Amino acid sequence: MIKIEQLNKHFKRLDVLCDISVFLSKGQVISLIGPNASGKTTLIKCLLGIVKQDSGIIYFNEKNIKGDWSYRHHIGYMPQIERYPDNIQIGQLINMMKDIRNNVNTLPDEELIEKFELNKIFISKTRSLSGGTRQKVSAALAFLFSPEVLILDEPTAGLDPLSIEILREKILKEKEKNKLIIITSHILSDIDGLASHIMYLQNGQLIFFKDINAIKQEVGEDRLSKAIVEIMKQKKSLYKRKNEK
Amino acid sequence: MNKTVKYVLYDIFRSRILIAYACLLFLISFSLMSFEENPSKGLMSLLNITLIVVPLISIIFGTIHFYNSNEFIELLLSQPFSRSSIFFSQYMSVSASLSCAFIIGMGIPIIIFSPGTIGTTLIITGLLLTMVFVSLAFLSSVFVRDKAMGIGFALLLWFLFSLIYDGLILMLIVSLSDYPIEKLTLILASFNPIDLGRIFVMLQMDVSAMMGYTGAVYKDFFGSSTGMIYTFLIMFLWILWPLLLANHRFNQKDL
Repeated sequence: MIKIEQLNKHFKRLDVLCDISVFLSKGQVISLIGPNASGKTTLIKCLLGIVKQDSGIIYFNEKNIKGDWSYRHHIGYMPQIERYPDNIQIGQLINMMKDIRNNVNTLPDEELIEKFELNKIFISKTRSLSGGTRQKVSAALAFLFSPEVLILDEPTAGLDPLSIEILREKILKEKEKNKLIIITSHILSDIDGLASHIMYLQNGQLIFFKDINAIKQEVGEDRLSKAIVEIMKQKKSLYKRKNEK
Repeated sequence: MNKTVKYVLYDIFRSRILIAYACLLFLISFSLMSFEENPSKGLMSLLNITLIVVPLISIIFGTIHFYNSNEFIELLLSQPFSRSSIFFSQYMSVSASLSCAFIIGMGIPIIIFSPGTIGTTLIITGLLLTMVFVSLAFLSSVFVRDKAMGIGFALLLWFLFSLIYDGLILMLIVSLSDYPIEKLTLILASFNPIDLGRIFVMLQMDVSAMMGYTGAVYKDFFGSSTGMIYTFLIMFLWILWPLLLANHRFNQKDL
């Protein structure tokens, strides 16, 4: 579904992404993890064409996304930090997104709007929203058009436990519809039970992209968070040793 | 694209700055036109205000709007739209709303007090200047990442065109007065949209004393009607080149 070939990106002197090649297919729930500043968000932004790569090609359904924009019909994106136009109300914002995306074939999926009870705050202005509510709105917007690919950047940051549970259920539901879902999160327990694959980035390099069961077996840990921490430690010591040499 | 224009317009019209701008223009032009007994004198003062205030407000409003809608642009970018359509819809909404405020604020008093060719020319000049300076505003906000610096750069452009450029031309004329430099000044005036606006109205007004050096040369060289067409075309280029350059940069940029 999405194929990335030797993606490179640097900001000034800092190499943010180095030679990333990976193939993501339908039905996978990919958890993109890595320490801070490891290039997760940049990778996502490259996928969306918000950040332009220095070199490398990204294919979406076997089509190069460079200069193309229509492929974004199939993507729902929930950004890390979202700000909306100041003078607009939530209801208007949602109607606006429906209006401009204008998917005639499919009815908008308003499940999250209902479950998050966003109808109650339809008349409040976007600038008065709290961080958590903002997250709810952007989650609802990402799922609104039942896209084939969902990209969620830190979806659980700022959400209360109840809302996290609602979001989890929604993600599971979409997973069963054979969609490609990419999630970044620092909270590993949130991913447990959701992710089918782990993609680990560090200093802009793709350290590994593996099936979750394989990882669990490899480390001999059944809990995902422990397994990942174990791997992170190993990689870190490896990295240190390399540097010392 | 039409839909994005609709929503950006909606957003702009709800901010009070635009209403304040329209009211300010309305107050100034209404009082000037009603105090002045001779309507063409009133138009003269209005012209001077148009040449200073309209570019200033347009360029500042344009830059601030562009920086403030950064996140909204990002939201649109993750939707199926091309970057150019996002960029041009922003431009169209900003210039359309400022033009609208200008027509309400200055157009209506002019039509009430002194309808006619000069008044119409003045309104057209104001609209053209609005579009040129919004275009320049977008140029500076696309190229400069930092908001404060971007606004500073935009202000600098305004200073350049409204004050510094005239001074430079004057200096040139004084120091080169022994040579035939009419054609040179003709070309030089084309590089300043505010000067072009002044000439555009002056060619209609027939007040040679107020024309300034470049205006007089223009009239002499082109005569009224060719001069009008020429200035109009150059003004149009002044809208286009910053806009296209900014669009090109916007298409390449990381956002």
